[in-house]
Amino acid sequence: MAGMKDLARLVRELEDQMVVCMRCGMCQAVCPLYAETGREADVARGKLALLEGLSKEMFRDPKGVSERLNRCLLCGSCAANCPSGVKVLDIFLKARAILAGYMGLSPVKKLILRGILANPAFFDKVTEWAARFQDLFTEPANEVLGTSCARFTTPLLGDRHIKPLALKPFHAELPALETPPGTSGIKVGFFVGCLIDKIFPSVARATLKVLRSHEVGVYLPDNQACCGIPAASSGDMTAFKKLVRHNLDRFPVDRFDVLVTSCATCTSTIRKVWPVLFSDDGSPMGERVRRLSEKTMDIHEFLIRRLGLHPVEAVPSSDAVAVTYHDPCHLKKSLGVFEEPRRLLKSCSGIRLVEMAQSDWCCGLGGSFSLEHYDLSSRVGRRKRDMVAATGAHILTTGCPACMIQFHDRLSQAGDAVQVRHAIEIYAESLGP
Amino acid sequence: MISASFVNALMEAVGKDNVFLDEADRAVYAYDAAVLDAVVPAAVVRPLTAESLGHVVRLCHENAVPLTVRGAGTNLSGGTIPKAQGVVVLTNALNRILEINAEDLYAVVEPGVITAKFAAAAEARGLFYPPDPGSQAVSTLGGNVAENAGGLRGLKYGVTRDYVMGLEFFDVEGNVVKTGARTVKCVTGYNLASLLVGSEGTLGVIFKILLKLIPQPQHRKSMMAVFDAVSGASQTVATIIAEKIVPATLEFLDNFTIRAVESFSRAGLPTDAAALLLIEVDGHPAQVEEDAAKVEAICRKLGAQRLRVAQTPQERDKVWEARRAALSALAKLKPTVVLEDATVPRSRIPDMVQAIQDIAAKYNLTIGTFGHAGDGNLHPTILTDRRNSEEWHRVERAVEEIFDRALAMGGTLSGEHGIGLAKAPFMEKETTRATLEYARRIKRALDPKNILNPGKVIGEA
Repeated sequence: MAGMKDLARLVRELEDQMVVCMRCGMCQAVCPLYAETGREADVARGKLALLEGLSKEMFRDPKGVSERLNRCLLCGSCAANCPSGVKVLDIFLKARAILAGYMGLSPVKKLILRGILANPAFFDKVTEWAARFQDLFTEPANEVLGTSCARFTTPLLGDRHIKPLALKPFHAELPALETPPGTSGIKVGFFVGCLIDKIFPSVARATLKVLRSHEVGVYLPDNQACCGIPAASSGDMTAFKKLVRHNLDRFPVDRFDVLVTSCATCTSTIRKVWPVLFSDDGSPMGERVRRLSEKTMDIHEFLIRRLGLHPVEAVPSSDAVAVTYHDPCHLKKSLGVFEEPRRLLKSCSGIRLVEMAQSDWCCGLGGSFSLEHYDLSSRVGRRKRDMVAATGAHILTTGCPACMIQFHDRLSQAGDAVQVRHAIEIYAESLGP
Repeated sequence: MISASFVNALMEAVGKDNVFLDEADRAVYAYDAAVLDAVVPAAVVRPLTAESLGHVVRLCHENAVPLTVRGAGTNLSGGTIPKAQGVVVLTNALNRILEINAEDLYAVVEPGVITAKFAAAAEARGLFYPPDPGSQAVSTLGGNVAENAGGLRGLKYGVTRDYVMGLEFFDVEGNVVKTGARTVKCVTGYNLASLLVGSEGTLGVIFKILLKLIPQPQHRKSMMAVFDAVSGASQTVATIIAEKIVPATLEFLDNFTIRAVESFSRAGLPTDAAALLLIEVDGHPAQVEEDAAKVEAICRKLGAQRLRVAQTPQERDKVWEARRAALSALAKLKPTVVLEDATVPRSRIPDMVQAIQDIAAKYNLTIGTFGHAGDGNLHPTILTDRRNSEEWHRVERAVEEIFDRALAMGGTLSGEHGIGLAKAPFMEKETTRATLEYARRIKRALDPKNILNPGKVIGEA
């Protein structure tokens, strides 16, 4: 371990961004963790103070700071609400990289991130085998949601109700595809994302159906990799950069007009995180990242803003199903996309959109956060579940497969008969068979 | 250092999980929103019940350990910066609204209730809790009482003090003191609630607050008036008051603030305007319409070039958007923001605006001014970078001069942010040595070991 002085010097490189925080404390109003714990170390102001302390060599051991820094959903609610415009997520991701570089990654994380995630073909193999054997360990938990829970106590699952891995991941169904732009004159690259590929392949099918129906050409390369957010949030720059490089090679930027994803987290990662973590790169890589990143759009955003759809608001049919929509943090707070999915949903006559209170309150999953802090993640999720339940909706829609995982768990645990669907699935169904 | 037996006793009082001793957990309670040096406390406790809060107070007294009560830590004068050998006591777990009584128009709350949440709960019952400090989305009612917080509605509705009907608090030994009643009238004993309001945690620890509520105004009307001279704006303020109209809010933005807001939010503000007034009248619909028409006429007569009267709730939001964005637009320009609140009698607003401009020029500093023109409480906002020590020195001198000029106009050091640590050294300037000594005698009598938020308001007693 290098000295605290070196660590302080590295953290000081973030000083110009950190000093923008005026300690007003307004982040307390929107932080989903603070709402549960009331602890200042859980809120952005506290974490920024800890990083400043680190830069001033205030602490004997960086471990305490590192633990508290990692106790964060990275939902960006604080940044979206910050009066001073502190770039909280940029700072936190860079700081996590610095601290992981300084303290080293745990062997388990190293194995998962570098050994499995960063090798897309091997990752696919691992999940295929897991899908085959998962029934041995799990049993059905909720029929409407299609969730499972552990048959016997295992540290792997704990009390979780999980949406099982798809028996056939999307890439096995359709490894690659290239279609010409139709009347739309637009061709999109389709970045599938791990969760849609392995757990929710129906979302990928719905996305392709919508694109085809609107005469949009598709470039779908095989052997796609993870967007890298699990590595970036663990501060593992080695695995992260490897994944980004892999994806850059799979998606040559001149082969399509727009890179589309149906995963809010992937979109936000490629658009916001890639450029930030490559900003000081200076290499040709940085330029490639910038070009692909600028071309990346969420599917709903693409349909409305780029393709120029003007969906007509439908009058809900007499038997319309009550549907509510949850705003993924990575769509609304990160990218400002919240109107678009609603406009698409409102064009479907078979449903009636019922807004929940605080539709943009974080679901509490936070990706790998829920693995390390399941209890806290569940507390945030339960609050969210109550908001959904209060609407009386039969279907919960959202724009992010990660949120979908959390909702499967939370609604299933509460015994709710509420389906969880991606908004694009509902829209795809409205387009007919 | 605090002793191990004391720490054990704290753990027994509030539960092990609610005593924070780790250096990283303590370091995040070393500051508030004031631009002052952080001081890391020896321990932090988060009582879950009023009883355990009282227990903590008693333990601190017995062990002569300083204690600083903290709500949301949004204080702008260092009132929640603790002592290094002291304990920070968090009230944010005591966050229940115990009662909202629509028949007798009062509410009973615990100190950790968030101001905006309480106002919303009252509104849901058709009732109105007017104090609306800028930090209301996170600030606690306990903190509001201890600081006597103000807000935008001071002119017509007063400040926190005007809504405190009674308190229950712990004296330094942890005994329960009750003052006030659920009645409009109450002359039972000394008015201890008034002594506690604004005492910044130096005289007792509040655990229950009895707040007055009033009926919601039926109707509101907002407008924005644009002036090409500051004098026109301030004349308008004076004339509105002289005409016996009392708007709910009467806010002022200077040219620098207007430009900052516009470049940040593109709200369509006139960047060449010298000043903006944002005015809202509320009450009975007929009265509101009449007042609004009068205010409009006054604005036009006194040189408002443009006047925008909100006809819909959306337009009303648009009018207030500029004011809400003021501090954050300014804050984005420089790393360090020094938000002052020296206050003058409202007739002196034109002089104060001029004085601030002179001071900005004299010390070569960037100062944006906005605030509550209707009650004389302006917020000169100095934009700087604390890392630049030469400039920081000029900031300190400028702040002192702002105090001097405000006092010379018959004003006061602080309208609503409190004295805390930041302004304690200036207390004697405004009052007298005897005043300070009088206050210190009270403090010594009530807190002989000087453990209740020592150093605040009256300095080291």
